[in-house]
Amino acid sequence: MTLSVFLQSLISGILIGGVYALIGIGLTIIFGVMRVINFAHGDIMMVGMYLTFYLFTLFHVDPFVSIVITIPLMFLFGAFLQKVFINRIIGTLPQNQILLTIGLGLIISNSAMLAFTSDYKILTTSYSSGSFKLGEISISQPLTASFIITVVITAILYWFLMKTDTGQAIRATAQDREAAQLMGINVSRMSMLAFGIGAAMAGTAGALISPTYYIFPQVGSAFTLKAFVITVLGGMGSIVGATLGGIIIGIVESVGAVAISSDWKDVLVFAIFLLVLLVKPSGLLGRSRM
Amino acid sequence: MLKIDRLNFSYGDLKVLWDIDLEVHQGEIVTVVGANGAGKSTTLKNVSRLVTWSSGTITFNGTDLGKLEPHEVVGMGIVQVPEGRKIFPEMTVLENLRMGSFIRSARPDREANIDRVFALFPRLKEREKQLGGTMSGGEQQMLAIARGLMANPKLLLLDEPSLGLSPLLVKFIFDIIQEINRQGVTVLLVEQNVYQSLRIAHRAYVLETGRVVLTGGGEELLNNEHVKKAFLGM
Repeated sequence: MTLSVFLQSLISGILIGGVYALIGIGLTIIFGVMRVINFAHGDIMMVGMYLTFYLFTLFHVDPFVSIVITIPLMFLFGAFLQKVFINRIIGTLPQNQILLTIGLGLIISNSAMLAFTSDYKILTTSYSSGSFKLGEISISQPLTASFIITVVITAILYWFLMKTDTGQAIRATAQDREAAQLMGINVSRMSMLAFGIGAAMAGTAGALISPTYYIFPQVGSAFTLKAFVITVLGGMGSIVGATLGGIIIGIVESVGAVAISSDWKDVLVFAIFLLVLLVKPSGLLGRSRM
Repeated sequence: MLKIDRLNFSYGDLKVLWDIDLEVHQGEIVTVVGANGAGKSTTLKNVSRLVTWSSGTITFNGTDLGKLEPHEVVGMGIVQVPEGRKIFPEMTVLENLRMGSFIRSARPDREANIDRVFALFPRLKEREKQLGGTMSGGEQQMLAIARGLMANPKLLLLDEPSLGLSPLLVKFIFDIIQEINRQGVTVLLVEQNVYQSLRIAHRAYVLETGRVVLTGGGEELLNNEHVKKAFLGM
């Protein structure tokens, strides 16, 4: 592997890692606030992909522009799921939570199959396969655009969580639910916000990858697994950890595919995952919470 | 102000509180003393609505607390400083204080209240950028009380504020409680440190295995034979 090929795959790994980070951040916020692992996360992302696809084919809204519609709609969708379903199982046995979120995921993906059939859909924009050159390295235009949007969204989210009263209240709920209640924080409202934000992040990730990925009802399950690996790798409940985890997984996949073969990239991802957990069971930033 | 009437409470099959009657009047320091497991903290948890009682009533200025959510209780002006401090570990001192004034009615006074609690606890001002989880037990207790004051409480519930502190700090904390009370905050204090809490209390209740066995003035109970024998080792 020449240096330029390595750099090429490293850069595309970082770019796709940004989107992975977005998925991971969504999952980690939900886990941080509610201690619930959302196994429907990838399926929620899939809803974001279809939303983007139909906004593009029916109304000719550019995928990267459509996130201004996707984000609020997916937020409401997540808040609805939390209010109606997830809220009932907070503090119950973990297996109940797993069954519920897996069940929700199945319902969402099968509903999508009924509504949209299981055909693969492709969203082709004028720039879907466009790239620009940086010396010998060619960089994908849609991936670059999605990475920039990811950085902006993550920065806004970080600012919201660190600097605003509501954001701090979400963090307070994640750090100590009972103490948060004693501050006069309505923790079930914060849970709803957190799930809404998590779903919005997943939906945005779906929108951002839709110009470069096949869109089909079962696309979510692979991403649920990926999101889980990313958050555990980074440390459950840590936003910085999820960001780091996403980028690492992106790089490992991309460099691994070039260095060995793309059939082996998942093996590499899980090998790294297991290695990190062996050395540091709490994840890379496991001790820091939201 | 606060009136607890024939309160009964169980954790599952285990009955913890039996017909508790307790009253706090405006301006008082009332203390509930008793051994570990007597039901002191559970009583406060009921007032804050963190748990749900099986029978009886708790009213605050005539309003039934039974129908409220925990955050609504805070909105009424009842603020609890919980046992074990429960500082937000990944937030700085300043952020913890800001969370203390999360309720809408307290937000306009946020900056003034921060100055006020820094005047009470100068140590916190020196540590304002430090993460809550990295502070010593005594500093965390100061922060917990300061955070409670940020909500402009009418009634401050203090759960074991002297637990695990050095004798010097214990005295400081009890002096502060008196000072807070002088500034107009009514205090309901739950303590295992019977001597210190009876010393500053206007009135007191003695709890044993979930029942009120004695009640009277703080000074009066300090000289009570049963209290002397059971708690003060005299």
